[in-house]
Amino acid sequence: MVHGELWTIKELFVYPNEFIYWSIQIVMYPFMTGLVAGAFVLSSLYHVFGIKELKDMARFALVFSFALLFAAPMPIVLHLQHPFRGVNVFLTPHFTSAIAAFGIVFFSYGAIVASELWFLYRKHFVEIALPLKEKKDKSLFEWIKFIIFCTLTLGVYDISEESLKKDEKAIKILAGVGIPVACFLHGYAGFIFGSVKANALWMTPLMPVIFIMSAIVSGIALCMLTYIVVMEIRKIMIKSQRKPWMPKLEEVKGAEINVIKISAKYLVLFMIFAITLEFLDLVFRGYTAVKHWDILRTVIYGKDFTNIFILQYTFGNLIPFILFLIPGLTIRRAAIGLVLALMGVFMMRWNVVIGGQAFSLTLSGFMEYVIPIIPHDWETFKEGLLGALSIFIMPFALFWVIAKIFPVFGTEKVKQ
Amino acid sequence: MITRRDFIKYSLQGIATISVAGAAIEIINPSKLFASKDEKNVRWGFLVDTQKCVGCGLCVRACKLENEIPYDANVSRTWVERYVLTKDGKVFADSPKAARDGFITNKIEMGHGEYEDIKKENIEKAFFVPKLCNQCENPPCVQVCPVGATYQTKDGVVLVDRKWCIGCGYCIMACPYGVRFFHPSYGTAEKCNFCYHRITKGMKSACVDACPFGARLIGNINDPNDEVGRIIRNERVSVLKDEFGTKPQVYYRGLSKEVR
Repeated sequence: MVHGELWTIKELFVYPNEFIYWSIQIVMYPFMTGLVAGAFVLSSLYHVFGIKELKDMARFALVFSFALLFAAPMPIVLHLQHPFRGVNVFLTPHFTSAIAAFGIVFFSYGAIVASELWFLYRKHFVEIALPLKEKKDKSLFEWIKFIIFCTLTLGVYDISEESLKKDEKAIKILAGVGIPVACFLHGYAGFIFGSVKANALWMTPLMPVIFIMSAIVSGIALCMLTYIVVMEIRKIMIKSQRKPWMPKLEEVKGAEINVIKISAKYLVLFMIFAITLEFLDLVFRGYTAVKHWDILRTVIYGKDFTNIFILQYTFGNLIPFILFLIPGLTIRRAAIGLVLALMGVFMMRWNVVIGGQAFSLTLSGFMEYVIPIIPHDWETFKEGLLGALSIFIMPFALFWVIAKIFPVFGTEKVKQ
Repeated sequence: MITRRDFIKYSLQGIATISVAGAAIEIINPSKLFASKDEKNVRWGFLVDTQKCVGCGLCVRACKLENEIPYDANVSRTWVERYVLTKDGKVFADSPKAARDGFITNKIEMGHGEYEDIKKENIEKAFFVPKLCNQCENPPCVQVCPVGATYQTKDGVVLVDRKWCIGCGYCIMACPYGVRFFHPSYGTAEKCNFCYHRITKGMKSACVDACPFGARLIGNINDPNDEVGRIIRNERVSVLKDEFGTKPQVYYRGLSKEVR
């Protein structure tokens, strides 16, 4: 069977070779890179702009951004017809293609996040590695721990007041440089779509900017949500099972409403930017009404109405907007708003990627995407619901592992 | 011990020496020299005479067999479209199975397994339009390929390297004509290449040879004596979707405004 035929339903006049070639994984790709970029921007709010209330969140967001970073290229790998040839992008990058920049941007961004993390956690590594170094008869577990942390110090054991000051300066510079790189990482994902002149829905110079704004919304939302969930679960866990190695009950705090309130302010701000740009795009298309407007209108106001106006704009933008703006924000209300905001950004990606293929190049036919839910082979797994879910779960699993090395949970001791 | 001044001096000298040597390579570019020696100056072009096409689909069949595109797969390097305009101003179009078996019924395919039966007395006009890769002068598919697996030859034909294509589908998305697809067996981007393996050996492409009505012609449009080039220069021809700036090199005679 031809790739794409399984999940494409054609209606009216569609060219024979047209199918939904870019399916759920290409929806996941900008969604995941968006989360990476957004999480980094959130962490930079503290490091660069010195918003003190976000100190805890900044540390958390940076580690989470690092976990997300590994998951971000996975949708593309799963989408490729020849995943093992993916390395060709690095071997023979063809620089007129927006995707060719991926390797360079991705690795420079990764390097920035990794360096920033190193400076942030250098003291922590030294504090673990030094006592283990001096300890004589180490158990196997301690040996492994020693090797890991000794390697992570990179041979630098100086944690004097002066050198820690220098670290802070380095973090500030890296976070500052990281913001434009993070925006570029995601802006170019928008460019991949915005520059396709064959596609009437995608082609707009606003696409990269819209992508960046909604990316920041999604990144902040996911960080806040994970922060709330992790802090609350932790509180419950420590309360229920008292173990000697666990922190004392009075040291453990749940999610702090103050942090949530400040982060929510930025979330709403970027949401306003994103919606303004999206509406500008929509109004402009309707007003200029060029050749392809007829079919776009049918898709936007007809076939995709529920996806665009109900799920994306109403549930994904308007309701969270109201929830955050009503005074007296509570953790529970924030959590509901965050889930909806995340869903809204996901729907935005869906409506761009799948919506852009909902109409034919003939401008007189339609294609409908039927997502494979129960997989019956590898293809329907990776291009179906389960493939997308695996990608979404991946960063959380990674975060759980990475957080063992970079502890993000604030007991007062660690923070000091 | 080298001084800073010396270091800068030697570095600049080194850079200058390498630049001069590099410039020489640019001036005596071997591939450009080779190209300038090639007096033929070939640019393959295609001419479709829609007035002559009867929609028999022999071209599609010949193409599928020649280029080993699985016969029953719902993709094809070339296809034929049928347009039917009714007296009340409606436009119907279809290309069932890429017209591999021709148009064996009067019913128009509407998708969802439904057909529209248009009565003969309601038809204002009807015609067939063969489609294939336009081998654009400015091909968007080549521009967007992240690994350079699709490229334009000197004689203007866009080819795909099946051994290097990663199968991202960006080229498929970038083509305004919908000529590209994934090969069902190789999983790489696939498209019409004017039967490059034939035309470079002095033969015609399979579809041109298969057409019994002369609706398809291929030739070197830079050759003043070539029939295709002569018609393109002297007669009234048009191209598909020129608003995309791709400069397509498949020319059409008798194209109607309804053609997509």
